[in-house]
Amino acid sequence: MNKAQKAGAEIKAVEALAQGNSPVHRLSPLSKLAMTLAYIIVTVSFNKYDFSALIVMLLFPVIGYQLSLIPLRTCFYKLRIVLPLVCAVGIFNPFFDKEIMLRIGSLGISGGVISMLTLMMKGVFSLMMSFLLVATTPVDELCRGLRKIHFPKTLVSLLLLTFRYVSVMLDEVAVMTDAYHLRAPGQKGIRFSAWGTFLGQLVLRSSDRANEIYSAMLLRGFTGDFDYSPPKKYSRLSPLIALILISLFIAARLFNVISLFGRLK
Amino acid sequence: MIRFENVCVSYEKGDAPVLDSLSFEIKAGESVGLIGSNGAGKSTLLKAMTGLISHEGRITVCGLTLDKQNLAEIRRKTGYVMQNSDNQMFMPRVIDDMIFGPVNYGMSREDAVEAAGEALATLGAENLADKYNHKLSGGEKRLAAIATVLAMKPQIMLFDEPSSALDPKNRRNLIGIIKSLPETKIIATHDLDFVLDTCDRVILLSGGIIAADGKTDEILKDKALLESNNLELPLSLTQRG
Ligand SMILES: Nc1ncnc2c1ncn2[C@@H]1O[C@H](COP(=O)(O)OP(=O)(O)O)[C@@H](O)[C@H]1O
Ligand SMILES: [Mg+2]
Repeated sequence: MNKAQKAGAEIKAVEALAQGNSPVHRLSPLSKLAMTLAYIIVTVSFNKYDFSALIVMLLFPVIGYQLSLIPLRTCFYKLRIVLPLVCAVGIFNPFFDKEIMLRIGSLGISGGVISMLTLMMKGVFSLMMSFLLVATTPVDELCRGLRKIHFPKTLVSLLLLTFRYVSVMLDEVAVMTDAYHLRAPGQKGIRFSAWGTFLGQLVLRSSDRANEIYSAMLLRGFTGDFDYSPPKKYSRLSPLIALILISLFIAARLFNVISLFGRLK
Repeated sequence: MIRFENVCVSYEKGDAPVLDSLSFEIKAGESVGLIGSNGAGKSTLLKAMTGLISHEGRITVCGLTLDKQNLAEIRRKTGYVMQNSDNQMFMPRVIDDMIFGPVNYGMSREDAVEAAGEALATLGAENLADKYNHKLSGGEKRLAAIATVLAMKPQIMLFDEPSSALDPKNRRNLIGIIKSLPETKIIATHDLDFVLDTCDRVILLSGGIIAADGKTDEILKDKALLESNNLELPLSLTQRG
C-alpha cells in the first residue's frame, strides 16, 4: 500500500468505528455536535495564561474516550499528521514573552512558555473532542440530524458529498502515484514539473468518480433529504446530557476548579 | 416495457450525437445483450434510460414517459448495476448500502433490512451483509452491488459491463445468477461469450446507431457483421465451428 491508499483505508476505518455501540455512540448526533462545538468554543476562550484552569478541560475528552471504548491511542494515531501542526502554533511565544510568570523552586517559567502550552493544549483538546464526534457518529446520521433542524438541503448534501469526495480522491491519488512510480523508478515523491498535470488529472479523475457515485445515489432515490425514520434508537436523554455537559464546560471556564480545590485545603 | 423512439443524446451541444435517433422496443421478461465496441454508446444508452443524462425524443419505461415527473418512479423500477462497483457502493457496510435505496423510496427500515436479506439470499451471499465494502474482493463487490439493486425490487435490471474485472469462476457464477433473475434485463458489454450465455436477443450499437437487432445466435454467428463493427466472434463459437 502506498501513502494515499493508507490514508483512504484510514478514513474508511474511522467510518467503521462510527458503527460501534457504546453510550457515546448512542447519544444523538445533534446533541454530540452541539456538545463538541460548545466544548471547542469554551476551550478556545480560556485566557492564554490560564494554564491550570484549562487542564480540567482534558477530563471531558478522556472520559468520553473511555465511555466510547475507542482507545485514546487510536485518536492520536489517526491525528498524528495534524497534531504537530496544531502544536507548532504557539512555538514562538517563548521568544516574545520572556517575563517570568511562575516560579517552581528556583526555575522561572516565562509567560511565553505558559501561553505556548496553553495554545497547544487548546488545539489538542479540541482535536480530541472533534475526533470523538467523528469516530462515534456516522456521517449520514450527522447529516440527517442537520436536516432535522432545517439546515439547508444544499449545505447538508455538500457536506455528505465532500466527505465521500475526500475518500474517492485519496483512492485516485493512490492509483496515480503507483502508476507514476512504476514509470519513474527510484524517484522520491513526484517531480515538481509533473505536479501540474498530476493535480489536473487528479481533479478530473476524482470528479468523474464522484459524479458516478452521485449518480448511484440519485438512482437509489437520494434527494438530499433524510426524512426517514432514524435507524438506531438514540438515547432520549441525549439533549439533557448535552445540556448538563455544556453547563459543566462553562462552569469549568468560569471557576478555576483546581484553585478551588487548593483553597479548600 | 421499454421503448425508445428517435432518441438522440449528445454530451456537448453542437457535438455529433453519441446516440443518433435510436428506436427499439423491449418486452417484459426479455434479456437483451447490448453490444458494441468501446465508445459505441452502450453506457450512454443506459444512463439516458435512467435520466442521468438528458435526451431528445421519447423514452418510455413501464408505460411511463421519461420526464421530470416520472423520473423517481422510473428509477425505482429500474435497477442499474454500474460498471465500477466501487462507485456504486458508497456506504461503510454492505447492509447500509442495501437499505439506502429502499428506505429512500419510502420503505420502513425493518422492511428494508428484510428485503436486503432476501436479495442476498437470492444470490447466495448472505455472509456479505455485515462486511465492510472496502474489504470485499472484486467478485464479492460485484455481487454486493447486484444485491443492492435487487433489494429495491426493480422490474428492470441494467448491467454495465458486468463481467469486467471478474475471474473465470466469479464470471461463471455471475452468469448463473443473471440467468436465474426473472426481471427484464439489458446487459451492456463487449464480452460476447457472456451475452451468448445470458441473452436471447442482441442489439448491436455502432457509432450511436443500431447496426443490428435480432436473435443472439444469429447475430453472434455473423462474423462479417461483427468484424465490421470492431467485434470478434465469441470464443465458444469459434471453437465449436
Ligand atoms: N462524460 C462524457 N462527456 C463527453 N463525452 C462522453 C462522456 N462519456 C462518454 N462520452 C463519449 O460518448 C461516446 C460513447 O461512450 P459510452 O457510452 O461510454 O460507450 P461504451 O459504454 O459503449 O463504451 C464515446 O465516444 C465517449 O467518448
Ligand atoms: Mg461503457
